[in-house]
Amino acid sequence: MTGVSTLSSGDSRIISSAAVEPADRGGRAAAALVAPMVAAACALLLHWGLPSRQSPLPTRLYPMLLAGLLAAAVVLAAVHRAWPRLRPWARHNAPLLAGGIGVLAAWDLITLKLALMPLPYFPGPDMVLVGMVDDRGMLLESAYHSLILLFTGYFAGVAAGLASGILIGWFRGVRYWGMPVLKVIGPIPATAYIPLVMALFSNAFVSGSALIAMAVWFPMTMLTASGVANVPVSYLDVARTLGAGRRYLIFRVAVPAAMPSIFLGLFMGLCTAFLTLIAAETVGVRAGLGWYLKWQQGYVEYAKVYAALIIMAAFFSGLMTLLFAVRDRVLGWQKGMIRW
Amino acid sequence: MSQLNGDATIDDGSSLSLSDVAKFYSSADGSRVHALHGFSLSVAAGEMVSLIGPSGCGKSTLLRLIAGLDRPESGALRVGDAPITDPSAERGLMFQDPNLFPWMSVRRNIQAGLVARGVLHRRRREVDEFLRLVGLEAFADHYPHQLSGGMAQRAALARALINHPKVLLLDEPLGALDQFTRMKMQDEVLRLWRARGTTMVLVTHDIDEAIYMSDRIVVVSPRPGRVEIVIDVALERPRLRNSQPFLKLRAEILDLLHFAGGGSDEAVESAAGRFRGRQS
Ligand SMILES: Nc1ncnc2c1ncn2[C@@H]1O[C@H](COP(=O)(O)OP(=O)(O)OP(=O)(O)O)[C@@H](O)[C@H]1O
Ligand SMILES: [Mg+2]
Repeated sequence: MTGVSTLSSGDSRIISSAAVEPADRGGRAAAALVAPMVAAACALLLHWGLPSRQSPLPTRLYPMLLAGLLAAAVVLAAVHRAWPRLRPWARHNAPLLAGGIGVLAAWDLITLKLALMPLPYFPGPDMVLVGMVDDRGMLLESAYHSLILLFTGYFAGVAAGLASGILIGWFRGVRYWGMPVLKVIGPIPATAYIPLVMALFSNAFVSGSALIAMAVWFPMTMLTASGVANVPVSYLDVARTLGAGRRYLIFRVAVPAAMPSIFLGLFMGLCTAFLTLIAAETVGVRAGLGWYLKWQQGYVEYAKVYAALIIMAAFFSGLMTLLFAVRDRVLGWQKGMIRW
Repeated sequence: MSQLNGDATIDDGSSLSLSDVAKFYSSADGSRVHALHGFSLSVAAGEMVSLIGPSGCGKSTLLRLIAGLDRPESGALRVGDAPITDPSAERGLMFQDPNLFPWMSVRRNIQAGLVARGVLHRRRREVDEFLRLVGLEAFADHYPHQLSGGMAQRAALARALINHPKVLLLDEPLGALDQFTRMKMQDEVLRLWRARGTTMVLVTHDIDEAIYMSDRIVVVSPRPGRVEIVIDVALERPRLRNSQPFLKLRAEILDLLHFAGGGSDEAVESAAGRFRGRQS
């Protein structure tokens, strides 16, 4: 639980607390906005100025990326200037952009320029970019396959977890029998079921999504059940004096009141879904980012391994961000109460 | 309940009869709190009764029993001729805390009873009426965390009123309001009470409110809670808050409560006796 609770959505908080900056902070804001431009320029000078000590010699891709980042920094500063409403956003992201460029430059320095890390395991940023561009078709297709498998498994697991969580949380009889089952089989990592699932389903896609669904189902059930079981009695009392029947009590009182807890389950489920997705793709499923990773590792194409890792990071964090956005929308009524 | 769903409104009060009701609460250390003991009271259909008494004397407990949310340890509670067994939309309860559903906007909170009974489509118009009645039309789409305490209380009042219950139990419904809004709300509640003939039981700490609103005032004594004395408010309606009879009754009740609070039993008895003498 703590793992998820630290994943705070910094951006949304910054935007919601959009405030006019005091005048004396103007200097610091300007410095923050100039920082990414300076960082990009330095990275370029470094790349062109120092001799390369690794082969193959770099292409023009990495300087092009840096030029793109420089342009982004300029755009950010322009936005800050011209668009008062986006000012806190620009101010918030400028140092992060500078930091990202700094990481790229450091990476370039310790690999290509100083050759401190051995090849083929630690290629420089240019080699990884080349790998990414060369294999873009394959990478996109893999990402697409991963997405389909992830969504199928995730939504199946969420639906099953919601249903069993509501049943266990609301009905005492179901809880009596359900909790022990949950306690026994829940903590087993879904990947431990790989042999079983592969024996059950001959289709790799089906077994992969079943595996992901199982991984999602457990945290989803646990947190839905605890949310539903812990609905403040006063809300149920109010509803009953208003003439609410069981359906209203469950779906209009208990479930909405349990929403914060349910979202915790959705986040934990998504994390375990990522884990299980990659595991499933490296064993049975013959497509997707996990499979691509394993495949390129087999050919000692580490530049492409890193390319896949970067795509994966973007893919997963994009989905996380999406879920955060959904949460902020659905739990709008909780504004000011959300602390994670 | 089933006949409710067919009806647009419930309306027309039911009588209440409570006889010898007792309610205990047990705490974690095993000791028991005598919330109510030997509490007997009859309320006629369409009557407005106020309960006053010191904090912790069991007023809220009594309302929960009448609402059917809790069961008494002994004694009988009846609404009309039927024993009270379960909560029902016929017996509305406005809780001491507003208890608005935080995930619903003000409008959705107010219409919750209509949705729960499946009659929203026929009575959607009334939601706006009640929003206006409690002065929250501009806040219809706000969420409870955006309301002040008094606004939340008014929303809770509208939510309890919109169901047109036969018996309406109000637990300090106007406690968080300023004097001006409070007087306005008192008049609105009285207007609805007259128009619908609802039986109302009103818990209040405000003696003026009790006198202004009710047909009878029940003074509840603490630990265990039981009926100390019942005062008939024989003033004509609409009542004037600064008329001589109003102020005289107010002084007498204060006198009585003063003795009930600090004096010996004899002092209370003699004050009550004087009181009864003047009433008849
Ligand atoms: N759920 C509970 N568990 C244990 N004791 C309770 C519970 N509810 C009420 N009591 C006890 O019952 C007694 C009566 O409480 P109640 O809430 O009915 O008082 P009240 O007359 O409404 O007071 P107030 O005017 O402060 O609202 C109190 O002594 C209280 O401690
Ligand atoms: Mg109370």
